[in-house]
Formats: sequence, C-alpha cells, structure tokens
Amino acid sequence: MWDYNDKVMDHFLHPRNVGEVENPDGVAQVGNMSCGDALKLSFKLDKDGRIAEVKFQTFGCASAIASSSALTELVKGMTLEEAEKVTNKDIVAILGDLPEAKLHCSVMGMEALQAAIANYRGEKTEEGHEDDHQGRIVCKCFNVTDTKIRNIALDNDLHTVEEITDYCKAGGACGSCLGEIQDILDGIWKEKKPETHSSKRAEFMKMPLIQRVLKVQELIDNEIKPMLEQDGGGIELVDMKDNVVYVKLTGHCSSCPSAGITLKRGVEAVLKDCLFPEIEVESV
Amino acid sequence: MSSKKLIYLDNNATTAVAPEVFEAMRPYLCERYGNPGSIHTFGGSVMAKIEEAREQVAALIGASRKDRHGKFTEIIFTSCGSESDNTAVFSALRACPKRKKVVISVVEHPAVLSLGKELEKRGYPVSYIPVDSKGRLDMERYEEMVDSETAIVSIMWANNETGNIYPVEKCAEIAHRYGALFHTDAVQAIGKIPCNVSDSEIDMLSLSGHKLHAPKGVGVLYVRRGINFHPMQIGGHQERGRRAGTENVASIIALGKAAELAMKSIRDENTRVKALRDRLEQGICGSIPKAMVLGDPENRLPNTSLIGFEAVEGESILMMMDRLGICASSGSACTTGSLEPSHVLRAMGVPYTVAHGAIRFSLSTYNTADEIEFVIREMPGIIAWLRKLSPFWKE
Repeated sequence: MWDYNDKVMDHFLHPRNVGEVENPDGVAQVGNMSCGDALKLSFKLDKDGRIAEVKFQTFGCASAIASSSALTELVKGMTLEEAEKVTNKDIVAILGDLPEAKLHCSVMGMEALQAAIANYRGEKTEEGHEDDHQGRIVCKCFNVTDTKIRNIALDNDLHTVEEITDYCKAGGACGSCLGEIQDILDGIWKEKKPETHSSKRAEFMKMPLIQRVLKVQELIDNEIKPMLEQDGGGIELVDMKDNVVYVKLTGHCSSCPSAGITLKRGVEAVLKDCLFPEIEVESV
Repeated sequence: MSSKKLIYLDNNATTAVAPEVFEAMRPYLCERYGNPGSIHTFGGSVMAKIEEAREQVAALIGASRKDRHGKFTEIIFTSCGSESDNTAVFSALRACPKRKKVVISVVEHPAVLSLGKELEKRGYPVSYIPVDSKGRLDMERYEEMVDSETAIVSIMWANNETGNIYPVEKCAEIAHRYGALFHTDAVQAIGKIPCNVSDSEIDMLSLSGHKLHAPKGVGVLYVRRGINFHPMQIGGHQERGRRAGTENVASIIALGKAAELAMKSIRDENTRVKALRDRLEQGICGSIPKAMVLGDPENRLPNTSLIGFEAVEGESILMMMDRLGICASSGSACTTGSLEPSHVLRAMGVPYTVAHGAIRFSLSTYNTADEIEFVIREMPGIIAWLRKLSPFWKE
C-alpha cells in the first residue's frame, strides 16, 4: 500500500489536461511499455511564445498520472525558457510529496517536458523516441545511461545507489549494474568534494607533533581512562598518523567482546568532540 | 476506512478468520493459557487440543499414518508457509549430504524461489523448470533436470498468481525414480482442491493457516513417516524435537478447526465459488475489450482468476477499485515495490502490454453473487477511464 497524500490522489482521480493537443507545436513521448510507465506530452504556444495549451497521456501507476497532471498545471503559461528550467523537484513540490520509490515518476515528467521542447526546436523530430540515448547504457533492464544517472544524481543531490533506483529505476530489476552505479556516484562526489577538512583539524594539525601527542594523552588520561576504569579496563596511546590515533585497550577491555563499540562510541566519540570530527581511533 | 462495503477478492493473499475458528481459539488466549509442555493439568491438558488439531489437519490432507501411540506425527506445526518450505529444503539437503542439487520451478512463490537463489550463492546447483505461455510446467525439461545428484525437488501444488494446478503427484514419482526427495508448497491448494498425500509419493508438504480462514502466524509441514528429517529450529522438545519453540497454541487450535471447516467447504469452493469465478471472468471479458484470462484454464484453482487488461497499469486499476471497496491484487511492477512485473508473468512470456495490467481476483466461500455482479458492473468504467489516459490505447 502506497502512502499517497491527498494532492496526489486528487491529481490521480481528477487529472488536469488529459489528451492530445491538436496540431501541437511540440510533442514527445518518454518511457515505454516494458518499463511500466510512459508519458506523452504535447503543447501549443500562443503568440507571445507562452505555453497556451498542454495535454498529457500517461500509462502508469497513480503517481505517474498525478505527476503528469501536476506538470501540465505547472507549465501552462510559461515561456519555453521558463519551462526548460522546470525540474522533477518542482513537480514533487506541487504534489507535496511522493513516496521515495515513486520519485522516478516525477523525473519522467521532467524528461517528457524537455523532450517536447526539444521537439519544438527541431532538435528531435521523431516521435516516440526517448531522450535517454546519450551516453552509455548502464542499466540494461531499464535502458538508463551513465549520462542520465549522473544528471539525476547532480540535480537531486543523490549519494546512494538506492536513491538512484528510486529516481530513475536504474538497478531496480536484475541488479547487475549496482556496482557500476556506485562507481558513477563515487566518480561524481569524489570529484566534487576534494578533501575538505574542518577548520578544527587545520588548527590541530598546525601544532607541533609533541604538542598534539600531549593533547591526545591528556584527553585519554582525564576523560577516557576514568570511563574505562569503571569497568576494570584501561587504554594506552601507541601512535598517531594523520587523522588516526592508534591505541591499545588493556585490562578487561582487551578481552571484552564489545571492545569495538567501546573504541568507536566511547574513545573515538570523545576525541572527535574535543579535537576534530575527522579523527579516527584504531586499536593495535 | 469509510463505511463503504468491502468486497474482498484477495483471498490468495490472506483470508478472514472464520467465526467458528475464532470461537475455537478464543479460550486459549486469556483463560486456558497454560503451556502444553507443563506437568500440571492446567497446562498439560492443552496438549490434547493440539493433538486434536493435528488430527484435523491430517484428515484434511489425507496424512492418515499414525505412530505407535496413535498420534498423527506426520504433521509438524510451524509459524508459516515460508518456514515450512525452508525447513523442508534444508532438511533434505542435510538428509543426503552427497546430493547437492535442488530442482524447483520458475514460478515458485518467493518462499522457495528466493531460497533457490540463496542456495546458489552457497554453492548448491539449482535448476529451474521453465513454463509455457499458459504457465504449465515443461515436464520434459523437468525429467532431464532431475538426476542422481538431486537431493530435493520442490514444486508448488498451485500457483498463487495464475491459480494453475501442477501435477505434483506425477512430479513426485519422477523425483523418486532418481532417489530424490519431493516437497510441494501447497499453501494455495489446501482447502481449495482435494489433496491427499497418502495416495501420492509426496514426501513433504507445506501449508499455511491464514490462507484457509485460520489466523496468520501458523503453518504446517507434513513429513511422510520414515523420511530422514533434520529440524531447522533448534531448542526445546516441542513437536517431538522437530520444531523447537513453545507452541502457538491458540492458532494451532484455530488451524485445526479451519481444516475441519475446509473439508466441508471444499465442495462449495468447487461448485458455487467456481461458478462465481467463471461468471466474473465471463462478465469482465465479455464487456471489456482486450481483457484476457491468463494461466491454464484447464487446470486452475476454482477461486482464482488472473485477468490482463491491455494498455493500462495494474496499480492504477487497483487504486480505482479500492475507492469502491474492491480488494484485489496485481502482478504489475508498481504495486509490489519492485520495478518489474511478476516473475510468474515474465516466465510465461506474457507481453508487457498485458503483464503490467494484470489483476488477480481470488474468491472465497464468503463471496456472494451480488458482490461479483457489482464488480462486473464497475470494472468497465475503470478500465475505460484509464485507457482514456493511456498513450498506448488505440480505440
């Protein structure tokens, strides 16, 4: 059972602008039968170049129909320059919200609009062809290219493979391309974020090594040791390299089955809090 | 829910607990809550009721063999159909460690199909018997697959989506020719068609309470007497050490009562309910163009109908039906949370134009002719409206 809100249900049960515009200026169909959803969008411009009439036909679930209906309401009256800036997020905003696994419906709306505008401009004349064929097919089940995955990830700030599947279905069937999608995401977000370090870390790293060691030792002695001693355990500082502090757990801690938890939630949490967030603790 | 009338045509998903069943189980929740394993009379006396339920279930499936103490020990109570399926397959693999191969059909319920995929990951060779466009097993391919390396064959008695009935007795004989054990997931068959294990060579059989008007959370694994059995759940001595864990007393008693009722209602299923199902199919397919019954009309459960509506999508159909209080299911991608249509329809090679718009109606003895006529009246409007929205529909 999907949790559709009232707005989605309203657009599903009372869809606006159903049908085909006669003698349209732009028309396009995206998606296809094998994917389980498809949207045909057609529009006509008025003399000022604004979208005067826009209609849709959708094969798909309730949220696909609702997304299409919302899209037509949204773009009516827009110039093409305004319309081409419309994203799937704008469609979701009209509907209030969509279940995560249904976000691909809003993406289909955006794609149909872009394809119809491209059709008007003569960039694509063949009706019924998808605009997805730029780039290399990554998801063979749903014909999704690397270009599309990259664009959707960047537009919607998606960082996980599951999110990609929610937004464009890629990886949602046989799953053999999940690794490749992860690689694409790694590629994007590693390029995007070249090692940004916190200012706290920069400050700490400016200190001479001996000072840094003393600081960590002080925290271990005053904050961490008393905590561990309550359970008959102990800790020794062994080494420090970059962001990593190497310690040895002693006493009861050394044989405790929850030593890993102690290390991360206890020791590391204190050091992160008092020094800088990138710090990590490992036992030797 | 609003006050609109509920028309429940989703009985392959789950069924209502029968009032008689609820009455039978009720005292065992608050009043007679004792543990059947206890020494005192308050608890221990409950055991007699469990044995009575065992006998009732045994009678329903024809498991007539008793042990020396007159108990129907071929019946093991479990928590659900999936547990029974898993236990059967793992037991077989442990019973004959030299044999590694598992043979199942492509149309199995996920309880068996996903288990097959998991076993492959663990290094067991698993063969999948294909089906034709009506969902019928390819018996020739099956005979080629099963061999002296095969530990177990597991084939469902009836399919949950199409309602197709499979020739499991014959499949069991073939398995035995090669010394393999035979298990059947009979969750959809029991209570709907006569099933008799004693007349067949079936070694193990799974059934589930909530598909035959008992509550959710109770199932059965039938294990033919003399089969080398290895329990999956380890612990106490319950079920003679074959399924540890304190008995789900009230639900087991409920299942016994439901089995007794099923023996009586099976006639109604195969006459009145079947007639309602046939009327539903004829009514819908007669008034809606490009609507077709999927599956094998010659060998189907009497209560199940899978109808494909061309050029429309199943979730939309179900949502429109839901507004009228009509409950059914769909093999379409969108309803399941998966992105592809059901594995059963894909295995049958049903075209996508139809597979995405396939609706399963599954009736029970509680359905009435009025309900069916209401559905027949309402469906054409729903399909016509959605087709008006569909870019694939051409008048």
